[in-house]
Amino acid sequence: MLFLRKKDYELILEHALNGLPNEACGLIAGVIKEDKKYIEKVYLLTNIDVSREHFSMDPKEQLAVLKDIRANNYVLLGNFHSHPETPARPSKEDKRLAYDSKINYLILSLMNPKQPVLKAFLIQEGKDVSEEVIEIV
Amino acid sequence: MFITVAGIKKEVEDGTTIEKLILDEKIENAEYVTVTVNDEFARREDFDKKALGDNDVVEFLYFMGGGSF
Repeated sequence: MLFLRKKDYELILEHALNGLPNEACGLIAGVIKEDKKYIEKVYLLTNIDVSREHFSMDPKEQLAVLKDIRANNYVLLGNFHSHPETPARPSKEDKRLAYDSKINYLILSLMNPKQPVLKAFLIQEGKDVSEEVIEIV
Repeated sequence: MFITVAGIKKEVEDGTTIEKLILDEKIENAEYVTVTVNDEFARREDFDKKALGDNDVVEFLYFMGGGSF
């Protein structure tokens, strides 16, 4: 189970809305206590694809984030990206490019901008998808 | 010699290349990993050529991307 503070959810939402019509992306970090993952920090990254259908994170930004995560004694919990026009479920491309089976993949759907939907997934071997509960606190 | 890998200092054999380090560290899906040495992005074609040096700092970054369809 993942816990996300409301203010951090709002940061993700604002980043995604500001990125429209393109996809937006970022990373999440925090601490793990038993089976609970607490998101302590959200990092807003640049989608270097500048596309409404694809995203790639900027590796230089990723490196800077990695260092900040370590400096804060957090662990990388996962990444997030928006789907401006499709549901909050991993697409074929999302599954194919989910190379790290240990992290969560969060997807924020803006298909209905008045009712954004955020879901979290684990993806094994590019095909086995399981949803993980994400609670906004 | 000693190097720092993903924030952890460890001893490796002299002459260790990035390719050998990837194998030793059992990096999943290594073909999609970007490597930095002392904050410089290493070229994939150099992974098996360039030996790491004492006190080098190595990071592994997974490509992160996807799409809507």
